[in-house]
Amino acid sequence: MSESNLYPGLNLGDTHGEAHDQAETTVFGFWVFLMSDLIIFGILFAAYAAYLNPMGLAGGPGPNDLFDIKSVAIQTAFLLVGGVAYAGVSLGVKYKKGRAKLVAWLFLCAMLGTGFLFFEVKDFLSQASEGGTPQASGWLSAYWALVGLHGVHVFSGIMWILAMIGQIATRGIDDVVKVRLSMLGVFWHFLDLIWVGIFSFVFLVPLA
Amino acid sequence: MSGGTSPIFGNLDWNVTPYTDLLRDVNSSTIVGAGAASVLVLGGIATLLLFSWMRWWGPLYRNWLTSPDAKKIGIMYIALALVMLARGIIEGFVMRAHQATALGTLAQPEGGLVAPDHFAQLFSTHGTIMIFFVAMPLLIGLINFVLPQQLGARDMAFPVLNQVSLGLTAAGAGLIMISLLVGQFGTGGWTMYPPYTGKIFSPGEGVDYWLWAILISGMGSTLTGMNFAVTIFKERAPGMHFMRMPLFCWTSLCVAIMLIYAMPALTVSSAMLALDRYADFHFFTNDAGGNMMNYANIFWMFGHPEVYILILPAFGVFSEISSTFSGKRLYGYTSLVIASMSIAVISFTVWLHHFFTMGQSAGVNIAFGIATMIIGIPTGVKIYDWMATMWRGRVRITTPIVYLTGFFLLFVIGGLSGIILANPSIDYQVHNSTFLVAHFHNVIIPGVLYGMLAGIHYWFPKAFGFRLSETWGRRTAYLFVGGFVFTFMPLYVLGLMGMPRRSPTFQNPDFMPWMYIAAFGGVLMLCALASLTWTFWTSYRNRAALAVPGGDPWNGSTLEWSTPAPVPEWTFPCIPQVTARNEWGERKRAGDPWQAPAEYTDIEMPANTAHGLLIAIAAFALGFAMVWHIWWLAILSLLAIPGMVALRGMRVIEPTIIPAAEVEQADRRFRQQIASLTPVTRADEETERNRGVPDISEFAG
Amino acid sequence: MSWAKIGAGCVLAWLATDAAMASATLQQSFLQPMGPVAAEQFTHLLRVVGITMVVILPVLVGVPFILWRYRYARPRGDYTPQWEFSKPLEYALWGVPVLVVIVLASWLWYSTQKLDPYKPVGPESLRVQAIGLDWKWVFIYPEEGIATVDELAVPVGRPVEITLTTDTVMQSLLIAPLTGQIYAMPGMTTKLNFSATRPGEAEGENTQFNGSGFGRQKFTVRALAPADYASWVARGRSGLVLDENSYAMLRRQTVLADARGDLGLDKRAEPIVMTLGQRDIFRQIVAKYHQPGGASAGGRWGGTGLPQTGTTGASE
Repeated sequence: MSESNLYPGLNLGDTHGEAHDQAETTVFGFWVFLMSDLIIFGILFAAYAAYLNPMGLAGGPGPNDLFDIKSVAIQTAFLLVGGVAYAGVSLGVKYKKGRAKLVAWLFLCAMLGTGFLFFEVKDFLSQASEGGTPQASGWLSAYWALVGLHGVHVFSGIMWILAMIGQIATRGIDDVVKVRLSMLGVFWHFLDLIWVGIFSFVFLVPLA
Repeated sequence: MSGGTSPIFGNLDWNVTPYTDLLRDVNSSTIVGAGAASVLVLGGIATLLLFSWMRWWGPLYRNWLTSPDAKKIGIMYIALALVMLARGIIEGFVMRAHQATALGTLAQPEGGLVAPDHFAQLFSTHGTIMIFFVAMPLLIGLINFVLPQQLGARDMAFPVLNQVSLGLTAAGAGLIMISLLVGQFGTGGWTMYPPYTGKIFSPGEGVDYWLWAILISGMGSTLTGMNFAVTIFKERAPGMHFMRMPLFCWTSLCVAIMLIYAMPALTVSSAMLALDRYADFHFFTNDAGGNMMNYANIFWMFGHPEVYILILPAFGVFSEISSTFSGKRLYGYTSLVIASMSIAVISFTVWLHHFFTMGQSAGVNIAFGIATMIIGIPTGVKIYDWMATMWRGRVRITTPIVYLTGFFLLFVIGGLSGIILANPSIDYQVHNSTFLVAHFHNVIIPGVLYGMLAGIHYWFPKAFGFRLSETWGRRTAYLFVGGFVFTFMPLYVLGLMGMPRRSPTFQNPDFMPWMYIAAFGGVLMLCALASLTWTFWTSYRNRAALAVPGGDPWNGSTLEWSTPAPVPEWTFPCIPQVTARNEWGERKRAGDPWQAPAEYTDIEMPANTAHGLLIAIAAFALGFAMVWHIWWLAILSLLAIPGMVALRGMRVIEPTIIPAAEVEQADRRFRQQIASLTPVTRADEETERNRGVPDISEFAG
Repeated sequence: MSWAKIGAGCVLAWLATDAAMASATLQQSFLQPMGPVAAEQFTHLLRVVGITMVVILPVLVGVPFILWRYRYARPRGDYTPQWEFSKPLEYALWGVPVLVVIVLASWLWYSTQKLDPYKPVGPESLRVQAIGLDWKWVFIYPEEGIATVDELAVPVGRPVEITLTTDTVMQSLLIAPLTGQIYAMPGMTTKLNFSATRPGEAEGENTQFNGSGFGRQKFTVRALAPADYASWVARGRSGLVLDENSYAMLRRQTVLADARGDLGLDKRAEPIVMTLGQRDIFRQIVAKYHQPGGASAGGRWGGTGLPQTGTTGASE
């Protein structure tokens, strides 16, 4: 029956028995939830585009005044490497590499995510100091809401990683934890996907 | 609102209740306001006393509030919806009463039963309640109750999440209710269009009540949609192919998909408005680059699919009852599936027809106008299919069929006015008029309300083990039909005569006769509400005579009728193997449908948990704290929610195991009871001889 | 089909006469059109009702018939419980609505193009600018050099083009007997084009709820013979001047009668006619919303924030 029981993301596979079956429903459900989340981002992308005009800028500072593309590139590197690092977690679960390795990979992901957030918050602060606060214009409201919401997602992702480290410590790598790590994987890569959109449409398009 | 913000109580002080207004100035408006608050307070106290007196708190907590069982969650959703329905209907009546006394002149201050601002709060809460806290919980509740049973599943895919969804909806409803007593509600209508609802033009807590009720309950609805979708995709009984699912399951799937993709738009538009109000963002403000047109677009990207979210479950109900009560197979199953799915998809492409008058080019209006008309095609096909289902049938005029008839005759008029409004050139005249009000009531009342009440009548025995009184059921249905006709047909006329919606006053004496007719309709609606309440009460008192332990009172053909009434917690003693579209009907045709399963196994059920209840409390506290700027409580409850989720994640949660012996014992008792009961023919369906065991020789569909 | 159209027409025509007979008040409905736009809208309404009857009448007639004929108590006719599909019937069920929608959609296209409110209805339109305030309308006649509050006079026979904006929340201006409504939004402009074909008085209104004075935000529309219109204009060129001072009073959240009080006139619900202080007031009001920075109460023409409250003083 395993052939028909495939779900989005790296499948645990038959050797995991019960966990694989549970994951089929649960990870699929989480995938559906992320599709809903994607609509939220989609609308915010559309809003960002709708406010990116002289009327939306309302005489406030614009992309050329505020964006530091070098910092954005560093953030991108942190986040995408973080995404690659999660492969260590997924493969570690699938091939039963043991607690220590899993926790180490998870910790690495959390650190890379934190690095991303550090540079993002730094950018936000410097933009605010140059008058680029969300209160300054419709365009800046849209910018802060979209990029900020992604940042909040990354922050929740880090919290989730920490919670999973806690769960691995307290309850071990049982079926439930395996399923949750699969969901976390989908979530963590979803953040990369959104970021690729943000990097392209929020930062590159107006600067081009 | 006087004075600053207290660190402990935020903006709350003793001047926020309607009693303060009453003390300041005694008039009909403040009396109505204080009266409504008193109903809330007294109702609350009466409930507390009753529950304490009857010692119901323990059972309520153990059997209901902590239950992850989709059937019980469904019933709780419906109970919540009926309470809110009572408030919504009463508010509707007060508005009718007000407008019947609101004829004035341009020179004099507004008269009438309530003050203009009070009237505005009434239409805002009425709309918000009826859409989000009556229609939505009704349909979500009904789907929760019916869907797993029809699919041959024990429960939803995510039972605890289901509990959380109910909790979030109830928290939103709680915020709306508390606004009767503490503070004011917004005055921007159920859509809360900025910039009127921005901080500059609507300071104070009113709009915030709406925002937090919507944000919190909207989150619950999104999660529900996801739960429904996964349940349908992953939890169907073996052999239950998609094209074997009952139509109600199909419309539930459409609803699930629409909830998943439409609710986020509402969340975004409300969150943006909240950012404008709380953090001085400029999404929809008049200046600094804000643009309210974006609100209209995002809101209606949700708002139009929402209309079909509301109507499709009712279409599912009508598909089931037209077939069952005609003793006939559903005509055009495939057509109905295609039509439902088309409606679900096309509903995302018509949102702009809610603001043809916003100044865009004729070409844009034409495109959306035609898309709107196209959605009428599958809707029309559905109606014809149900007529074809009844054609050459043997139609029993039961309560659900009375509702269906009311739906047929009235809904097409709503469809006609919908086609009228879909023409931008006519919409320019009747947009924002009472014609529009009449139109959407004309689709939502005969569509959603009749459909849901028909569904409640149909499946009530499954939930509680006894039928509802047919006599009173039909009386209620007639009153709802009459109430609708008298209340809303005059509004069509008034709209054509040029009366804007939401008018706290008007100057044209020609409106008055129509106003009186509409007010009379409002009285009928109140009677219908009373009659509905009485139906439940009198049926409860006669529950012994109306009991249908056999579980199949209507000679149905879908799986849910194979189990006892009330249906046990585990629903099916063993998961059924499905071989045909009308599985239960096919088994009847094969003879002896009530065969016991070959063997019984232990059944795993999700354990009871207070998780959903606690999250609901935290969500309510969060909403209330944000409305009143009680920041410490807001932060605390905001942290509490992920905290509770994380804590629950740490624990290993064992399911409840129901031993095979217990299941077997209960199931054997049921089989023996079936054998001992006298099968009843359809002629005796409404009599006390109907014990829920139909004469299967009569089954022909 | 045609008799259905006639029936629907009769109902609406009855409504129209009903409203017209009791015309003690101003005309407020497009069922008694005073110009070609509203007349065409009325005709299109009848047309749509008539065509749609093709798909609606079968339900209104068929449902009672089916219930009567196939009722369980005394059924007549066949009983075909397993009948669930018929190909010809499917073609009819889908085909007829599709055809009806094709016809309706063609008419929709035609009428929406024809009645596009941005399209002038003739040459040399009279230009009027409308500013929505809480809870009144200011009409500016830049060519005539006058401005009115809650009165719109137009010469019969000459096309009119109103350009709209608001200096408060979104509003929607409707003059039902002459033309449909369109939203007016701050910092933006929209347009209505129409003309009057017969003299008469009508009521114009805001249809978008905007606060407690909403129910009294009505204005008088006069379609005047050209000579009467000229004398109306001449009479207006005297008295009050629309400048920043008087505008600040008008911008308060008041209904017409109270606004008159603020301006030192008697507190009746009569329109105010003023001389125009500057020609480009309308442009300046729109431009207010495009200044850098957030809401301000102190800028030119009252800024963009909440208007200063009057003596009635809505307590905060």
